[in-house]
Amino acid sequence: MEILYLLIPLSTALVLVILGIFAWALHRGQFEDLEREGERILQDDAAGVDTDQARALRRTEQFPVV
Amino acid sequence: MALSSRSAAPVYTDDAVRWFALATVLWGVVGMLVGVIIAAQLAWPELNLGIPWLSYGRLRPLHTNAVIFAFGGCALFATSLHVVQRTGQTPLFLPALAKFVFFGWQLVILLAAISLPLGMTQGKEYAELEWPIDLLIAVVWVAYAVVFFGTVGIRKVRHIYVANWFFGAFIIAVALLHIVNSAAIPVSLTKSYSAYSGVQDAMVQWWYGHNAVGFFLTAGFLGMMYYYIPKQAERPVYSYRLSIVHFWALIFTYMWAGPHHLHYTALPDWAQSIGMIFSLVLLAPSWGGMINGIMTLSGAWHKLRDDPILKFLIVSLSFYGMSTFEGPMMSIKTVNALSHYTDWTVGHVHSGALGWVGLISMGSMYYLIPKLFGRKDMYSVRAIELHFWIATIGIVLYIAAMWIAGVMQGLMWRAINPDGTLVYTFVESVKATYPFYVIRLLGGLLYLSGMLIMAWNTVMTVRAGKAAIMPVPPVAAAHA
Repeated sequence: MEILYLLIPLSTALVLVILGIFAWALHRGQFEDLEREGERILQDDAAGVDTDQARALRRTEQFPVV
Repeated sequence: MALSSRSAAPVYTDDAVRWFALATVLWGVVGMLVGVIIAAQLAWPELNLGIPWLSYGRLRPLHTNAVIFAFGGCALFATSLHVVQRTGQTPLFLPALAKFVFFGWQLVILLAAISLPLGMTQGKEYAELEWPIDLLIAVVWVAYAVVFFGTVGIRKVRHIYVANWFFGAFIIAVALLHIVNSAAIPVSLTKSYSAYSGVQDAMVQWWYGHNAVGFFLTAGFLGMMYYYIPKQAERPVYSYRLSIVHFWALIFTYMWAGPHHLHYTALPDWAQSIGMIFSLVLLAPSWGGMINGIMTLSGAWHKLRDDPILKFLIVSLSFYGMSTFEGPMMSIKTVNALSHYTDWTVGHVHSGALGWVGLISMGSMYYLIPKLFGRKDMYSVRAIELHFWIATIGIVLYIAAMWIAGVMQGLMWRAINPDGTLVYTFVESVKATYPFYVIRLLGGLLYLSGMLIMAWNTVMTVRAGKAAIMPVPPVAAAHA
């Protein structure tokens, strides 16, 4: 079962890497004010327009250059 | 912030997302059709028509590759590249590379569709493709990782939304699994031998196989779940804090569960036991995530009655809960002694595949496709409702038939006369399974019919719409 000498260290190393990423996220403040972060995705929407509408809007300069 | 209103405000780069979304529907139809064909072959073996390319042994890997990597893969590409832009409020990093990922992945699918019926295979379940295709997959996957993590890198919102953590873990884990498990010595362009042998090969294979389920078929689709359920329900996820715990608990434990595929084999007993224990531990994060997703509708259950897309998304989670209970139970050695090598395993896989992966992908596509084509809704909302019920009845028929068949087979194989001889020959158990194979085929046919309705609905939606251009909204100063 020599393969376990590869897979177990590999999986353990992976756990350490995951721990490192977790620590990074923690110290970068990724987990502060979590409930507001859950709500933010509901506010990111702007209605889409199709290509014709975009062209028309661009002519009237109300819509940014694509 | 001194940009004038005339300056080039960014728009989301959705071309690759749009293509992948349409490819999801196409490959869903193809993969499920092949599934129905091989289900019919199990009931009536003459249906291989004596043609080697249509024999069960060659079409079965074609089915699994088509539904997992073509249907599921395209759904994951579409949703991850959509979600990472929206939650980071930034266009894609290197959009041209995203288009390369699309065409590269379609080439992989095409090569699989040719090479598998021709009998070219590495013989590893879910990793059958021969080495040149494996290399192409690795290149495409690295490009995908660059686009995804590059987009995370240029995000305008400081917080990385939980769905992106799931997608990110899925991308990294699949790269690692693919490279380790596909290591092989080529002897010609179409033939290679695994770098491992015997039980070593079996262990690497199921370390890969189980984590492919864990990261490809679970983590990635959980990313979908954490974005599209809140969006469709128009409510934040029940507990965002729990979703973070769900993520870290899941990825810390999943890597160790693989040995449960090798109970009672040459694998050392203690390795089997470790696999079983970690499988049992996995129940906790899985159910935490399932409850978190379903409870998002807490206080707004009426939405489930009126909205067929939410039905897809929420019922997919109940199948996720069911199969993540069944899985740990089947990993218990004494249960496994009955269930292993029977059709119970096939039923378990399909409660996860049809119920969880299939329904969450379809629900997400029903949310995504109209928006990508500048429409408010799909062409026919009633067709979504119809699809939901046909698919659900199909799943129930399928998994109930396989449960009964599996337990029956297990009991027949272990039945022993007082003098120590077997009560039943193997072929008697095959004969007894026949009616359940027919019921399973019926369930599969219903599921495929639902997918055909979706394909029709998608074509009508795309024909009525146009590729939508969506501006990136400015990030509120407080959040930046």
